[in-house]
Amino acid sequence: MLQLSPEEIAETLTMITQQHFDIRTVTLSLSLTGCAADSVEAVADRVYDRVARSAEHLVPTCERLAREFGVPIVNTRVAVTPVAEIAPDGAGDLAPIAHALERAAAVVGIDFIGGFSALMHKGIGTADRALIASLPEALSSTERVCASVSVASTRAGINMDAVLLTAEAVLATAQATAARDGVGCAKLVAFCNMVEDNPFMAGAVHGAGEPDACVNVGISGPGVVRAVVQSLPEDADLTQVAEAIKATAFKITRAGELVAREAASRLGVEMGIVDLSLAPTPAEGDSVADIIEAIGVKRCGGPGTTTALALLNDAVKKGGAMGTSSIGGLSGAFIPVSEDAGMSRAAASGALTLEKLEAMTAVCSVGLDMIAVPGDTPVETIAAIISDACAIGVVNGKTTAARLIPVPGKRPGDTAVFGGLLGSAPVMSVSEWAGSTLVRRGGRVPAPLSSLRN
Amino acid sequence: MKIRAILSVLGEDRVGIVAAVSAALASCGVNIEDIRQTILSGVFSMTMLVTVDEDACPFDRVQAKLAEVANDLGLQITLQREDVFRFMHRI
Repeated sequence: MLQLSPEEIAETLTMITQQHFDIRTVTLSLSLTGCAADSVEAVADRVYDRVARSAEHLVPTCERLAREFGVPIVNTRVAVTPVAEIAPDGAGDLAPIAHALERAAAVVGIDFIGGFSALMHKGIGTADRALIASLPEALSSTERVCASVSVASTRAGINMDAVLLTAEAVLATAQATAARDGVGCAKLVAFCNMVEDNPFMAGAVHGAGEPDACVNVGISGPGVVRAVVQSLPEDADLTQVAEAIKATAFKITRAGELVAREAASRLGVEMGIVDLSLAPTPAEGDSVADIIEAIGVKRCGGPGTTTALALLNDAVKKGGAMGTSSIGGLSGAFIPVSEDAGMSRAAASGALTLEKLEAMTAVCSVGLDMIAVPGDTPVETIAAIISDACAIGVVNGKTTAARLIPVPGKRPGDTAVFGGLLGSAPVMSVSEWAGSTLVRRGGRVPAPLSSLRN
Repeated sequence: MKIRAILSVLGEDRVGIVAAVSAALASCGVNIEDIRQTILSGVFSMTMLVTVDEDACPFDRVQAKLAEVANDLGLQITLQREDVFRFMHRI
């Protein structure tokens, strides 16, 4: 009768109770295309109704699933159609729509709502400009609303005008939330090759190719993988390390697949994707940097880090790919500095620099993530850092992103504290030799030849 | 609706664990399908395959009842749907 061995049962229980095994996020993705109207107020009212009604059962359903499966679900979130796409013609301030999203998120009890977003990788529309202009107000007056902008893609190249606009918005948002170390910027991410089904914040949106509503699930964090790597003997070779990570990734992805199926069925919506990303939290042990160190790098950021990260990222994808046929989202290790205790420690000790993080972006999904920089960093420097991350994504046909937080009044060596899951991070030093003229030229960096695949 | 679930009990061995757990299950109309039980260096470890009849007693009420037993006897008791284990370990 009992087809499972006691060892398998014990293994799952150990993963949950001792190794941070959980489902990182269940994100209900909702189309808002039916909410378009000819005034901002009317759009805001419709958006509130749509989200409050459609996401009503999300939190209780996830709580019940977590109890039944005995697997914690850490975050419940909603992602919506990029707001600039439903903004009325000639609208000025779009912040009322952000306020409506915030109220709806509060009433249904979710952690974050993403989609106060604009897609500008090829061109900037009037609604996109309105949205960017509304960002400082929208992000400083809400707690749960997340914003993202698409500024580059392999098919379009890098829209440097959009990059510069974004950099200006980042600095203005930091100023608007200066009293809290610029925390508004933690909810704003700039993307290259943005994906349409990402369940993770701040970049979750409901993309154009999606059904009316679906459930996307992000799998567990790095704690279990770190425990498995640490339990290997010292002389295990790298093939064995990769094998062990693969086997673990399979198991945690299967749990994600099960939760995604059940949540979709109970909410009466389609199952979307399972995102195979390892997303860290500030909790001790739940860190991608700790895995890199367990693989054998003295301190994350030191030589060998990119190799270890590439091995980790690939092994997670290989194991996860057997666990679900609905892979999507970003599906690569996250390396945020403030949200990962090990990364934050490595940055504080000087082992991890901005330039090394940029190199790491080349082998995993989201690169320059949750990085605190001095508050007086010039706008051109912010733009140049974003465009460097985009260049890696454009040329390599992969998603990259930048989530920079210029912390007002703070200098390298100071610590920025964002609280909760956003964690804290040392303010990192930034090169003073930025391509200011480059970003001021504007226009578009043409798409690389690799875009011509047809 | 009937839900197959895995019940696991872990803790210091003492008189009455099996009796208390099975009494709690019986009071909720939960059927025991299979039991494996061992004692490893004084640690009592029991795994049960059970069927929860939600029409008789909802899943979360069974869990609450078991939590009382766990609390009274100083044990760690978990009740989880069986498919989470099956999904993770079997293709």
